[in-house]
Amino acid sequence: MINIYEVAETNEMIEKENLDVRTITMGISLLDCIDADLKLLNEKIYQKIYESARDLVKTGEQISREYGIPIVNKRISVTPIALVGAAACKTIDDYAGIARTLDKVAHEVGVNFIGGYSALVSKGMTPADELLIRSIPLALSTTERVCSSVNLGSTKTGINMDAVKLMGEMVKETAEYTKEQDSLGCAKLVVFCNAPDDNPFMAGAFHGVTEADRIINVGVSGPGVVKTALEKVRGENFEVLCETIKKTAFKVTRVGQLVAQEASRMLGVPFGIVDLSLAPTPAIGDSVADILCEIGLEHAGAPGTTAALALLNDQVKKGGVMASSYVGGLSGAFIPVSEDQGMIDAVNAGALTLEKLEAMTCVCSVGLDMIAIPGDTKASTISGIIADEMAIGMVNQKTTAVRVIPVIGKGVGETVEFGGLLGYAPIMPVNRFSCDDFVNRGGRIPVPIHSFKN
Amino acid sequence: MKKTIITVVGKDTVGIIAKVCTYLAENRVNILDISQTIVQDYFNMMMIVDTGNMTGQYGDMVDALEKLGQEIGVVVKCQKEEIFDQMHRI
Repeated sequence: MINIYEVAETNEMIEKENLDVRTITMGISLLDCIDADLKLLNEKIYQKIYESARDLVKTGEQISREYGIPIVNKRISVTPIALVGAAACKTIDDYAGIARTLDKVAHEVGVNFIGGYSALVSKGMTPADELLIRSIPLALSTTERVCSSVNLGSTKTGINMDAVKLMGEMVKETAEYTKEQDSLGCAKLVVFCNAPDDNPFMAGAFHGVTEADRIINVGVSGPGVVKTALEKVRGENFEVLCETIKKTAFKVTRVGQLVAQEASRMLGVPFGIVDLSLAPTPAIGDSVADILCEIGLEHAGAPGTTAALALLNDQVKKGGVMASSYVGGLSGAFIPVSEDQGMIDAVNAGALTLEKLEAMTCVCSVGLDMIAIPGDTKASTISGIIADEMAIGMVNQKTTAVRVIPVIGKGVGETVEFGGLLGYAPIMPVNRFSCDDFVNRGGRIPVPIHSFKN
Repeated sequence: MKKTIITVVGKDTVGIIAKVCTYLAENRVNILDISQTIVQDYFNMMMIVDTGNMTGQYGDMVDALEKLGQEIGVVVKCQKEEIFDQMHRI
């Protein structure tokens, strides 16, 4: 039987160490909504999402109350809209109209983000894919809760450099379209290499075409819990350190598994995966950078950071895998800058640069995330940053991503405030040398040799 | 049987257990086990209860006990047992 000390430990994690379930995300397939009539398509999309998700927020709140565990976000991901709208959309505004439908239904059912305004173009773009990509600035500037993602490469297909070039321009244009709000639109736009079909985290969540009609995916969190556990083993060797992270990750993930199963049962929607991520928030004590410091670094970004992050990421997975029956999504440590107070401090102290962040993305989940860069950064430079990150993902057979925010009208030394979970960020310098001729070549980078496994 | 863990944490005062137990009895919630410790004047109690035959909604009990706790200056939480089982048992 459960004893008083175990109960106290769990409640301590919840009350003092920010243990929470970061998101319950319902994936909804919109493939059965496809119609050549744009008006009908929008109506079908609205109906399908509304019918599927109207009890999602209420159910999340009920689970939260019954188990005493905060469930921070309830969200929806849908089939990539480039596919859903291909038959009906002839103009940029046709696609942006679907974004407005998604935004409307998100407000109606009470979710705070809806992901899937996406295109999968890792090898080539259809005219519909390109149209959707070109509509992203308009879509993100005329909606509040819609998130957009584009998959630009994979280990199995190589990198679509035409799309990389185009996305550099679209990131810049999205920044321009939303410059009144410090280019906030770019915080809702991410590009991927090897994008997972079942990611519950925004901005990159979409409901892949390999998925069932509806599915429940859950993202757990808990950097604060890991940090507190490590405080108790200061000065111990790596074996003790790794064991401690593993055991803590196990406990955190078990909570996610429980919530996922309950949500699945109550909503009558199959359970998909638990995403084992360490997702920080701007709240004090909810930081991945603080864990790196606890492991023994003065600041995130100091020599040793990549190794510390590699072991952290690996131990989180080792502990989490046994705690859940199905693991998926991104699963690893997130290293966003604006959403992590410790990362912000490291940038301000001069310890953390864009180049070091790039190195860190080789060993953890996701990539260059929520990084504010000067507003006068050229589109081709953003494409170059994207290409580098895609190459890391392609060669290392892992998911990588880029979510940078060129803040129009601001430069290095200034700060940008996004508010809420998105936090704030100092604007980081970008290498000023040109990559124009590289980006402008056109075509695609072939698949790496190690993808030929057949 | 549907087990729930009720925890009470706060400054020790007269009648804490009595008040919580009265509420539970009135709502047909059966107490299976009680353990308590006092650490540095802080009262720490855990009850394992069965809500299988309870009258009313679970959410109402969560709210009522939370309110009761506020009245006597302690923190009362109700959580279904599974969250602890999941975390501490393989």
